[in-house]
Amino acid sequence: MMSNPLPPQFIILLGGLLIPFLKGKARLVYMLALPAFAFFNYLSLEEGIYWTSSFMNFELVFGRVDKISLIFINVFIIVTAIAVIYNSHVKERLEHFSGFLYAGSAMGVILAGDLITFFVFWELLTVGAAFLILVRKSATSMGAALRYLLVHVLGGLILLAGIILHINETGSAAFTAIGLDSVASYLIFFGFGVNCAWPILHSWLSDSYPESTVGGIVFMATFTTKAAIYALMRGFPGEPSLIWIGVGMATFPIFYAVIENDLRRVLAYSLINQVGFMVVGIGIGTGLSMNGSAAHVYSDILFKGLLFMSVGAVMHQTGGKAKATELGGLFRCMPFTGVCCIIGAASISAFPLFSGFVSKSIIMTAAAEGHHAIVWLALLFASAGVFHHAGIKIPFFVFFSHDSGIRVKEAPMNMRIAMGITAVACIAIGIFPNQTIYPLLPFDAPAYHPYTFAHIMAQSLLLLFSALAFTLLLTGGIYPAEIRSVNIDSDWFYRKGGKWAYILFDRTLNSLNAVAHKLLIAGTVSKLCQIAKEGPAYILTALLTPIWELSGTPPDQREKLRENLNENIQNGVFPIGITACLSVVLLGILFFF
Amino acid sequence: MSDSSHRPKSARRIVAALFITCGIGVLLDFLFLSESFDKHALFEWENWPGFYAVYGFVACVLLVLVSKYVLRPLVMRDEDYYDE
Repeated sequence: MMSNPLPPQFIILLGGLLIPFLKGKARLVYMLALPAFAFFNYLSLEEGIYWTSSFMNFELVFGRVDKISLIFINVFIIVTAIAVIYNSHVKERLEHFSGFLYAGSAMGVILAGDLITFFVFWELLTVGAAFLILVRKSATSMGAALRYLLVHVLGGLILLAGIILHINETGSAAFTAIGLDSVASYLIFFGFGVNCAWPILHSWLSDSYPESTVGGIVFMATFTTKAAIYALMRGFPGEPSLIWIGVGMATFPIFYAVIENDLRRVLAYSLINQVGFMVVGIGIGTGLSMNGSAAHVYSDILFKGLLFMSVGAVMHQTGGKAKATELGGLFRCMPFTGVCCIIGAASISAFPLFSGFVSKSIIMTAAAEGHHAIVWLALLFASAGVFHHAGIKIPFFVFFSHDSGIRVKEAPMNMRIAMGITAVACIAIGIFPNQTIYPLLPFDAPAYHPYTFAHIMAQSLLLLFSALAFTLLLTGGIYPAEIRSVNIDSDWFYRKGGKWAYILFDRTLNSLNAVAHKLLIAGTVSKLCQIAKEGPAYILTALLTPIWELSGTPPDQREKLRENLNENIQNGVFPIGITACLSVVLLGILFFF
Repeated sequence: MSDSSHRPKSARRIVAALFITCGIGVLLDFLFLSESFDKHALFEWENWPGFYAVYGFVACVLLVLVSKYVLRPLVMRDEDYYDE
């Protein structure tokens, strides 16, 4: 225990605090040293429970090290290092700092052994991610960051309510399998679901990720959804409803991806699609299926990162262009980036020899072994669809298609190094799964062999004929033309719906307010004032008029007397004699009664 | 979009190569894998020759048609829809 004094998440989090004070080369070296140090720390970790402390009678665990947390920590540290290299040209200190905050809190989530620690890091994740959107400093990113916070704070509050109820019910804060059996567990389940981008809850992802910085999105594609996958793996393994939630995630977003113009948004939709496969794997809940989810987390982080990096590099070189309508024919200018993009595309499409092939197929096989026929067919549809919208569409519209006339230089060296490392990793995992990710898989399951002749044939035929369909639809003019547009999604409810709610409340509440003002403030109150002001004068005049009549005061003098009286009463001025006289009368009344 | 005659030679070659590869793939599927070869199939339909080819093709055509003719008319708005 003492051989390892510092958990990896604190190396990244506390180390990250110093980044804003460094500059230039020193900062780069320091930022690379942190994940390197964290990785050595990871290598020295042995399974067990470390770094505990107590808080209000609960045991806080900052280091639950087992095979599940180890595979996540491994890939999180690696992608942090890759993102540092990719972002090293960025001068903005806040962006680097936010990245480390985000990465460190994600590792904190993974290593948390109790729900309190888990929740604290879970919320820090949201803060880190929101900063990565904010630092782009455009009006749209500002709006997106606020919406991101809105959704995640709401999700976080629901999760918190669930955690408090759960701790109250069970008397323990330990984060073990929860199972859907109480209100508390449903709240926790839903809270995880928000970060996991379940259908309808997903729109924060496709809304905000394309608004983040070029490099920030590499972090974003990695941490929030994968930490949620980890949470579901721990809390709800084998929960059957997850199978159908996952199928919804894997299938529905690809329709959006086909008609979306912003290519980073296309990738955001395909991110949801890939996470859907992982959710299905957790829902099936066998050792094989959960291993499939874990393996797919690992390979997805790398190939999705690679795709986001290559589109980001194009954005960086073309001055922020990321829409299919604005790009095309860039392969000659940016061949290296183009090749990396194609490797990422081949990996996400699960071509044989690329990483998706050895990870996604585990989930497919597990679904087939569990006799989930419809699920299997839906996932096969999603597999063909992902090749279509991410595998072909992204490289085709950026690097080939029509010539956009844009002539730019190849991406800077640091970006090329980061993309190159990731591309090599995607291929290495694809060719040597037994030497790379399979030994890391956490659950007990029979060994899986992806490279059977039948599997290679099946997957190749599926992809070849998807490509054939794309080609025929494109040359036949049926493929939907790229149009500058937005497609409304469930974020509509809080973007437009919010505006309508505003108008609704404006109309109803403000008119209620106006009525209330008219009746109470302008009506009753001023009437009361008037009565208080003029009432006594009116009574006195009424009393005095008969006296004046009787004493025979002429009418013009009577009018004058009345005006005088009115004025005196309203101003509260009376001759001292009268005041004294009235005081005596009052004293007399008090004396006798 | 633009018809294929305007495309450069290399593009037409790639398309031709794709057609040929698809043909060879289906041929292999029919010749070697239909009856005699163990496909480790977990579902009956995996043994049908050409199943994956047909499924991949139909899936993609359906995906594109539904996206274009059903989803797009429902959800597409001007680019400044949310800015108004």
